[in-house]
This record gives sequence, C-alpha cells and structure tokens, in this order.
Amino acid sequence: MVSKSGSVLVVGGGIGGVQTSLDLAESGFKVYMVESKASIGGVMSQLDKTFPTNDCSMCILSPKLVEAARHPMISMMTLTEVMGIEGEAGNFTVTLKKKPRYVREDRCVGCGLCAEKCPSKVPSEYELGLMNRKAIYVAYAQAVPMKYAIDADKCLYLTKGKCGNCKKVCPADAIDYEMKEQIEKINVGAVVLAPGYELFDARLKKEYGYKEFKNVLNSLEFERVLSATGPYQGHVVRPSDHQTPKKVAFIQCVGSRDEKVGNPFCSSVCCMYALKQAIIAGEHTTGLKSTIFFMDLRAFGKEFEDYAKRAENEYGIKMHRGTRVASVEETEGNNLLLRYSDGNNVLAEEFDLVVLSAGFQPPSSAKALADRLGFKLNEFGFCQTGVYTPLETTKKGVYVTGAFSAPKDIPTSVAEASGAAAKAGSHVFNNRVSIDTVVKEVPETDVTGQEPRIGVFVCDCGINIRGTVDVPSVVEYVKTLPNVVYAAENKYTCSADTQESIKKMIKEHKLNRVVVASCTPRTHEALFQSTIKEAGLNPFLFEMANIRDQCSWIHMHEPEKATEKAKDLTRMAVAKARYLEPLTKSKLGVNHSAVVVGGGLAGMTAALDIAAQGFKVDILEATGAMGGNMVNLYTAEGGISPRQYIKDLEAKVRANGKITVHLNTKVEDVSGFVGNFKVKVTGGKEIETGAIVIATGAKAYVPTEYNYGKDKKVVTQNELEKALAEGKFAARNVVMVQCVGSRNDAAPYCSRVCCSKAVKNAIEIKKRDPKAQVYILHKDIRTYGFRETLYKEASGLGVKFIRYPENKMPEMTADGKVVVEDTILGAPVQLSPDCLVLSVGVRPNEDNEELAKMCKVPLSKDKYFLEAHMKLRPVDFATSGVYLAGLAHWPKFIDETIAQASGAASRAMTIISKQYLETQGIIAAVNEMVCNGCGVCEPVCEYRAITIVGDPANPDKRKAVINEGLCMGCGTCVAACPSGALEQKGFKNNQILAQIDAALVGGGK
Amino acid sequence: MAEEAQAQSAPVEAEGWEPKLLVFCCNWCSYAGADLAGVSRLQMPTNFRVIRTMCSARVDPEFVLRAFAKGADGVLVLGCHPADCHYIGGNYRTRRRIALLRVLLEQYGFNPDRLKLEWVSASEGMKFQQTIKEFDRTIRELGPNPINEE
Repeated sequence: MVSKSGSVLVVGGGIGGVQTSLDLAESGFKVYMVESKASIGGVMSQLDKTFPTNDCSMCILSPKLVEAARHPMISMMTLTEVMGIEGEAGNFTVTLKKKPRYVREDRCVGCGLCAEKCPSKVPSEYELGLMNRKAIYVAYAQAVPMKYAIDADKCLYLTKGKCGNCKKVCPADAIDYEMKEQIEKINVGAVVLAPGYELFDARLKKEYGYKEFKNVLNSLEFERVLSATGPYQGHVVRPSDHQTPKKVAFIQCVGSRDEKVGNPFCSSVCCMYALKQAIIAGEHTTGLKSTIFFMDLRAFGKEFEDYAKRAENEYGIKMHRGTRVASVEETEGNNLLLRYSDGNNVLAEEFDLVVLSAGFQPPSSAKALADRLGFKLNEFGFCQTGVYTPLETTKKGVYVTGAFSAPKDIPTSVAEASGAAAKAGSHVFNNRVSIDTVVKEVPETDVTGQEPRIGVFVCDCGINIRGTVDVPSVVEYVKTLPNVVYAAENKYTCSADTQESIKKMIKEHKLNRVVVASCTPRTHEALFQSTIKEAGLNPFLFEMANIRDQCSWIHMHEPEKATEKAKDLTRMAVAKARYLEPLTKSKLGVNHSAVVVGGGLAGMTAALDIAAQGFKVDILEATGAMGGNMVNLYTAEGGISPRQYIKDLEAKVRANGKITVHLNTKVEDVSGFVGNFKVKVTGGKEIETGAIVIATGAKAYVPTEYNYGKDKKVVTQNELEKALAEGKFAARNVVMVQCVGSRNDAAPYCSRVCCSKAVKNAIEIKKRDPKAQVYILHKDIRTYGFRETLYKEASGLGVKFIRYPENKMPEMTADGKVVVEDTILGAPVQLSPDCLVLSVGVRPNEDNEELAKMCKVPLSKDKYFLEAHMKLRPVDFATSGVYLAGLAHWPKFIDETIAQASGAASRAMTIISKQYLETQGIIAAVNEMVCNGCGVCEPVCEYRAITIVGDPANPDKRKAVINEGLCMGCGTCVAACPSGALEQKGFKNNQILAQIDAALVGGGK
Repeated sequence: MAEEAQAQSAPVEAEGWEPKLLVFCCNWCSYAGADLAGVSRLQMPTNFRVIRTMCSARVDPEFVLRAFAKGADGVLVLGCHPADCHYIGGNYRTRRRIALLRVLLEQYGFNPDRLKLEWVSASEGMKFQQTIKEFDRTIRELGPNPINEE
C-alpha cells in the first residue's frame, strides 16, 4: 500500500464542495472534486438573486467555479460517482465510476456548433423543463467546465444509430461515440460529502395542483422565471399565456413542517427566499401585488429581520400570517383560487400566478451513498451528525457540509464547507505540498517598448448591462479609440468560455493590455488578471470599467445617457490602460501560527482545529476563566450537557502542547499585516502571528422589563434551565415571553436561539409535571430546521402557544398577572403565572468597536462583526488574515458555532500553511533621481514603511526607501511628496491624469 | 419626494447645460458604497464619472486642479468615515488637504463649493445616492465652470 495520502476527496461540486476544495487546495492539499452531473455549480447556479443583499447569484458564484476549475491542486471530475471505499481515515482507497461524456474534454472548445445541429430536443434540467436543451448540451451558458456532453438516452445516434450530426460539424473532432464507462481507484486521506439536497416534489401536495395547473410553479422554477438567462429573459410572465401577472401568491411550507408527506422539519430558508422572490418580482414588474401565505416568519439570520420589514413596508408585500392554504383551484383564464383560513373563517382569493415555496429533501442518491461509504442517515434521511460534531458523519475520516446534513442557507453551507476542509486536513497535514511544485508558471511576454495594443471586452451581463446600455454601440465606439486593436461583446465576460476567448484573442491580436467593461473590480479583477496571466501577460496590464454596478444599475430609466456614460467609462479605462506597466510581486515569509481572541466555544474549537494540523496557537481570554456563555447552559443534548462539553473541551485545550492559553488578557494593539501580525496584549507582551481569529462572543440581554430582578418569580430562560437542572423548579403555572430585548427598537433583529430554548425548557417542565400549565407568548415560533420537531413535541405535550401582535408586548399588571393580546381570538387573555420566564435576546459586546478598530475590520449596523461578504465569505474579513466565528458574528446555536469556528480555522490555515505570501503589486516606489530626502513622506506613512537613509557613497545625498513588505499600497505618501519623486505603481500620476482627461474630453483649456 | 420636487425647481443657469462631475472614490469604502447603490438599484443623475484610487489620500491636489482646468464643473472626493480608513488614517490627511485646496480654489476665483469631501462607507449605498444628488444640485445652482465660459 502507498504511504499516507496528501489528498482529499470532495463529493459534490455545488457551492459547498467548491469552497471545501478551494480551502484544501489553498492549504496545500491535492483535491479530487467529483460531481455526478456534467458541470459544477449546483443549485446556487440556478438562482437569480440571493438574500439578504440581493446579489446576483451567478455573478458571485461564477468566479469561485472558475477558480476551482483552474486551480492546479484541484482535479475536477464530472459525470463521476463514488462507488465504494476501503481502508481507514488517513488512507482510504475510493472507487470512482466515470460515465461517458461522449465528448472529449481535452478537445471540446465549447463552440456550440454541435448543439445547433442536434435535432433532438429535451427538456432542460437546469431550466426545470421550462425550456428545452438538445441531446448534446451544456447545462447553462456559463457552465464549468465549458464542455459539451451527450445525453445517451436522447441521442439519435447512440439510441438508433442515426444522425451523427454533431460528429460531422465538430471543428475540434471532440465527439467520441465509442467512449465507455471507466472505473478508477484513488488514494485519499479523508472524504468530504457535499451532495446538497433536492427540492420537495410538490405533486405530492395534490391540493395545490402543481403540474396540473399551468400557472402553479415551484420556487426554483420561479427563480428561473426571474433570471435574465431564464425562459422569459427575466420578464415575470405566466407560463399559460406569457402575460404579466398582477397578483402573485406564495404558499409557504410546501413539503416542510408537514408530517403527512413525511417531512416534519422546517426547511429554514423558504421564508427568506419567498420574500426575496416577491421583492425581485416587484422590481421587475410595476404594480405587481404579492401575497405570502405562511405560518411563522422565520427571519432569524443576520439582517434578515430588516429584510423582512423592508419587504412589507417598502415593497408592499402582503404578509398573510398564521395560515396554511387549504387548496388551489383553477378558474377562468387559468387563474387560481386559493382557499385558506384566517383562524376563524374560511376565505378565498383569486391570483393569476402561484409559487409553491417547496422545502428541502435529502438527495435521492443519499441512501446509496450512505451504503457505499458506510455512514448513517438520520430519521429524515439526511446525513447524521451530532450537536457537538456538526461536520462529522458516523464514519471516521468522512465529513459533511451543506444541506446534506440539514436544510440550510448558503452562508452557513460555505462556513461549514471551510470547516469540513479543516477537519479533512487534519488527516493529511503531514503531506502538504507547496504550490510551486505543482504550478507551471507561464513565461511572461516582455512588453517593454511596445506600442500599446489594447483589447476591450464589453459585457452584457445577461441583461444586467444590455437591458439598459446599448452594448454594441459601446463596442463600435471603443474600436475608434487610439491603441484599441480589438473590441468585442460578451454575454458573460466572467464565464469560463470567455476566459478562453480572452486568452485566444491576446494571442491572435498580440494584445499587450486588456480592458474589461463589466462589473466591479472589487469582485472580478482577480479573475481577469489570472486569465491574462495564463496568456503570458503580466496581470497588471489590466484595467476595468464598471458599467454595471455604477452605470446600468443606477441609470435604469435613462438608456441613452447610460450608454454615453458606459462609453466614457470605457474610454477612461482605455486611457489608463495605455500607461499601464508590468508589476512584479515579492515573496514574504509567513508566521506559521495563529492568535485566537476569545476562549469560549468558538475560540477553543478554532484553536484545536488549527493545532490539529501542527500549528502553534495562542488563545487570548479577557476574563479569568475559559468557556464563555456555554458554562450557563445545562440541558443535555445527545447525552451531554453544554457545560460538561465545554469543560471537556477546555481540558483538551489545556493538554494540547501546541496551544497556549492567556487568561485575563486583552488585545492592546495589532500591527503588521497578513502572515506577519504583531499582537500586543495586556502586560505589554507582543505575540507574532500569521493570522487572527476573532471569537469574542456576545452576551445575554439583561432585562429591565416585567419587574425582572425585583420580583423573584420573574426569571430568564438560562436561570430556568439552571433551576431545572438542579431540581429546584416547582412552579405549576409557567408563562414564557419571547422576544424580550429582540425584534424591538433597541435591537431590531431576531436573536435566533430563544424560540428553541423556550420550547426545549417547556418540554422539560411538561415531562416532569404533565399537569403544569405552560404558555409561550410569541410573535413567531422560529424553531427552524430539525428543531421544528421540538415545537411539535411541545404542542403534543400540551404547551400552549399564544401569538401576540408585533407592536404589542404582553403586559404585567400590578398584582403580577400577565395580559396578552391573542391575535387569533382578537382579544386580550389574562394569565396568572407563578413563574414568568423571559426569553432574553443576544446583544453584541460593548468592546467590539475597540477590537474592530485595532484589527481594522468593520462592524455591522447592529454592532456585530461584519464579514467580508454576507453570502460567500461568511468567516473572512475584507482585511486579509483576520477571521471570524461564533456569537461575535451573530447569535447562533452550539452546532452552528462549532461549524463556523472550524471554518474560521480553515481560512486561517490557508494563510499560515503557506511557505510564503506574495506582496501586492500596487505599492509605492521612489524615483531616486528626483528624491532629495526631504522626509515629508516618512511620518505620512501609517505603516512605517518609509525610512530616509543616507547614500553610503554620497553622505550629503539622502533618499526615501520603501519596505515592500510593509507598504500596503494606499498612495498617501505619493500625494504628499512635494518633488514628485514618489509614485504608486498601478495608480501612477500619468495613469490617473489620463483618466481625468478622458473623462472630460472636450471641456476646459 | 420633497427632494425630487426641490431638484426640479432649482434654477438652471445655462440653457441645455449639463454639469460634468468627477468623483474620486476610495477602493474600500466609497467605491464599495457606490457598488452597493448599484446592487440596490438606487437611481441617480448620470452626469458623474468615478475614478477609483485605493485610498482617498491618493487624490493628489494636482488631480483636482487638472479636473477643473479640463472643465469639470464639480469634483467630489469620497472616503471612508473618520476612524474607518482601511489604511488607518489616510482619510484624515485627505480632510486636511481638501480644506487647504478649497482655500486655494477660492484664491483662483472658483467657488470652493465646487470641491466637496464626503464620507461614504461600504454599507452606505443610500448615502452615495444622496451625495451625488445633492452635489449635482449644488453645482446646478453654481452654474458652469467659469473656465468653460471664457
């Protein structure tokens, strides 16, 4: 047998699998990423927008797919399934079956001639049957890899031996009808499962008429309807008559919270995606009225509550609360009549389009995968995990991420994906390889002295740009600009096929500068830079014009002016490109250790994951004890109480030789930069480290309401939990009030954990004393995911739930009674508790601001730490080298905290595992001929990157010297230099002046 | 809404004249704020052009003077809020420089209000929109760059 492997198998090429693969690859591991379909991207590639930022899904996903596909450490294997596994953690042999594509991937250029000539039409899976594809196809226009595949069941040649058109027209001779299934065995140290989920088949809810009535769609179909690349180019129309609907109904919990169909759990994301779809549909269609029929609104995530409020108040979306729609009937003109109850009466309302918010189900392959790999599924058919082991399957060395273990949203899946990478890495870390040994650097073309030859690629971005800007006229205009030798329009400039075309054009037209006019350089510059690098151009010979975010999107109703502006912006970019120069990066050493700020669950979990791969960790805990909030949690989950778990965890941390714990220690100052931070702590000690993880937690709200602290019968849920655990609880009439210190003016967000906690404690009370009365007074019960079964159990045990209105908290009378407005009865109810339990919210730490400033990271509106991107960079900060986990990010449960902490650990290890980091190219430079050593620049630099030194040969001559490792490339010194001796590479004076002149062509003197 | 009405009633100094505005945005806060305005589809006047620098402190006084010399009717410099600068304190330097530059502009016979400094963070798409609208209104009231009229 071979020696221990340095490779990891990742099963699934959706956003989860892609993130795990990228993290592992960036940490120096070889990755086999297998995907059963012909292309990667998963469900996220089908989405139009994502909540709560309304980011274009494809726009944020596409760069990651391209990065994974081109990463030298990742082998992407499509049409491949896992058949079996042998061996043990650290040394598995996995058998893979690769289905024939019938198109040679090494030859196919993705030109699409084959599909054009293919006579066989098949409903497209990607478009959920709303459009057709051919028997030879790519799933979607931006598919990765951009390689066609033949659907063997539909191909005339493969089924009947007729046709053969594709082979005849293929210019690359890529078609191979003789291709056979292949079995391959690979050696890996660990496996990560990310096969995702499937949508509930809404046909099982016969009463809603799905697939029977034309204008009843499921949520993913509606996502395609909204998409610019979808069947109606983003126009919201009804399938029956292609007319614009006026009234749309969204029916929630279709196949969720429904025991009749075998799915008693909540799918966690449908409330938010329905709100998003209603908002986007409203933006597409003036006057559209949307109504959402739901039971509880589960807006528990970061900034979700604000999003829900905006949907209702700004977009006028009608929220029909507390009801399940009984039936949908088709009426005249393919309209739809919904019958539903408002709690008292049965009502009916007509709509012209109905969207069923279908829930999550385990993928149909789950059972087979579990059997082949030998791990267990839970009672709902998802992958089984534990509260304290959210990323672990029941088989050692096999990990799980994303919706395969429970329904969840994208950021949670992405954080878990990184976490699973950390776990998998712990089996193979001894066999890390340096990327240098894998990458073949493309030799750089020397462009010195060449006349600029600029190629300009103008993007349609589907209809995001082209819907407003006349892109062809921009292209024609650009061709008239000096030094532009090539200009073209692309549907999606970021797609894999366009990257190939950019490289081809660089070669064909001998381009030595490239300009892309599309979206923002903040998200896409790196992608295009690596593309031109692959074509042998220095990556800094590149410039972008932002004609989407800063043009078409903000001037949607002024197409002519927007087109003029797009021309101007592109002209400015071309003007700068003319003066661009190749820049080089230097290599910097990396400190192979991490500092974790905070010694609670998140901090200790992250520290252990980092130490598990052999790196040194310092934990800084501000208080005198480890454990954080967990020491106050008593109720056992999976047989072990949180406070016991955290004690055991602390023992592991204390016993780990790689981890140093510093109690009563706060961060005093942070200097340096990614890979080379210096953290000054209480007492003046300075710790050198490569990465910092912020895991400082949050705290419980201390209530001033309901006589808390004065009246002994008023307690918080934590205090109740403690009394229950210590056997000191005897009350018989218990009333619990939800949202004390949440969802109000002071804290306008949902604290996420309080509903489940209340329900859990209520169950405990009822189990001990079935005759005890327990009331839970709430706005919504947000027991999302599998926690829904707790809600069900509590109801079964006789716990009574009373919903009170959004703006009217229950009141306490002078004699200790509680009066609550029951929204169902429409009348006040008076209760006489002998114990009043307050479900208090979570609040951010007051000193977040201080720490944020020191680490140069931002806080959110609600004063929690704000990650780099709410969807796809959930544990990163924009400042590289600093990461985030736990309650410091947002209120969350134990399992979520553990997964996120492992995620932060993984992200930190992508830095500290590297032999070296590269400096930025855009740093300051001194023209020694001009510099007279006046010293103005020296104190201007915030990073102390400039020193004035004497010239050893000529003691009278002094000059400024830049430390390239310290220079962050802000350019402050350049603007301060009185003699013009300083320049910022990539933002030189002549480059910016050229932009200014180009912006103001025809004006002034 | 009140703003819209005000904008329409603002006096237009020159017939058919459309102000030309140049906007410098720092990469980390204001450029991101401008992107957010786009992502949020916040609509605003079309007559401004953005130049991105890594920090607002990269904006050399020469850039501003060049813009006015080339006929810009207004120049807006946008940076991170005080204490939020990605480069620690670059924006404080910007603040001092722009204050000085406004004095200089006045000496050259320009109304100093043609140059404005504003803080726009990465989460302030709305503020970006408001700032552009307000600056457009200010410049419309001030009329064309005197250089263009000579």
